[in-house]
Amino acid sequence: MKKGISFRQAFYTLLKRDLQIAIRHKGDIFNPLLFFILIVTLFPLAIGPEPQILSRIAPGIIWVAALLASMLSLERLFKADYVDGSLEQMLLSPQPLPLMVLAKVLAHWLLTGVPLILVAPLLAVLLHLDSNSYGALMATLALGTPVLSLLGAIGVALTVGLHKGGVLLSLLILPLYIPVLIFATTAIDAAGFNLPYDGHLAIIAAMLVGSLTLAPFAIGASLRVSTN
Amino acid sequence: MVEQMTKTLISAKELTCIRQERILFDELSFDISEGEIVQIEGPNGAGKTSLLRILAGLSRPYAGDVHYKNQEINHFRDEYNEDLLYIGHLAGVKSELTAEENLNFNLSISGYNDFNTQDILAKVNLTGFEEALAGHLSAGQHRRTALARLWHTSCKIWLLDEPFTAIDKKGVIELEHLFLEHAERGGCIILTTHQDMGIIGDDILRKISLEYRFV
Repeated sequence: MKKGISFRQAFYTLLKRDLQIAIRHKGDIFNPLLFFILIVTLFPLAIGPEPQILSRIAPGIIWVAALLASMLSLERLFKADYVDGSLEQMLLSPQPLPLMVLAKVLAHWLLTGVPLILVAPLLAVLLHLDSNSYGALMATLALGTPVLSLLGAIGVALTVGLHKGGVLLSLLILPLYIPVLIFATTAIDAAGFNLPYDGHLAIIAAMLVGSLTLAPFAIGASLRVSTN
Repeated sequence: MVEQMTKTLISAKELTCIRQERILFDELSFDISEGEIVQIEGPNGAGKTSLLRILAGLSRPYAGDVHYKNQEINHFRDEYNEDLLYIGHLAGVKSELTAEENLNFNLSISGYNDFNTQDILAKVNLTGFEEALAGHLSAGQHRRTALARLWHTSCKIWLLDEPFTAIDKKGVIELEHLFLEHAERGGCIILTTHQDMGIIGDDILRKISLEYRFV
């Protein structure tokens, strides 16, 4: 019996499985996306259609909605695996845990983060976002939503063993989300005034690199604690 | 005189486990060598599953430690996991995937790349159900999907929590044959069950008894 699987193969095997499960369980993809679209479309109805006001608050609305949608979708990241015992198998597999966790988070981001990024420019039209700001909006979302998934996964890993971890989860991870929110919205604002915003982007990119390298270890350790 | 050396695979050293302020067992020590089939017995709530989870390294004991090849398992988890096959009370079968996909995933993530899922599923009597979603299978077939891994593994230590649950009599006998083969190859099996086994007699089976304690 031959044994041998490269880290890359292990990563893709897990990624493929998670995507396959999500495709058969479509609600998991559409719920957060629908939530995102609903929040953003409700704002012009509630505030009124004045372009000046809307374009002023558009970056904030889109980012807050993205942040909440991302949080809403987090719960399912490890819950199903915890309930059916696959999580235990993952912890006992000979593959390094941070690698497998990273595959799961990537799958989660592909399913919830990417659709959000794709739909965001359409919603920005609805909110009369400045035409200069589109580039910044896409760039901040592309760099920022993976950070949200990675940081959020730490919180989910810590609360996966609890029956009603939802509130605790929001309390745990919202403070970690705030820096991303601040830098992302100021970047979009700056772009709207034709000011340079690469500094903001660099900070968000730094957060992404930081969480990409450190979060998988934190998530792995949290999962071990949660299943104890 | 040739002294027969049996190699110790896994040894528990003074394990103490406390759950909800109740001591499940304390200072429990034992060695398990190659070729042994060990049944952990005791009433419900005596701590059988807790003991298995501690041996697998999923839970930490309150005191004491588990050694594998004379090393503490948490210090070289990767090597230990290479040699360990744990099938818990929850089977780890994804109901959204088919039986074949489940087995395929379980085996490839454990590092095997030379298997034929059809053949293995045939051994657990799941021929014809390869394409059925695990969520649509019966409880016994669901369990068999998880147990199918046992037919293709090079792990020496098998930790099985209630492997016979929902399995029919014929299936139990097949499993017992497999256990005996595995023990002959030099592996060890630690399992919990309330069922009596037909083939594995008391002369082969070693028992570790846990008692329900109130303090």
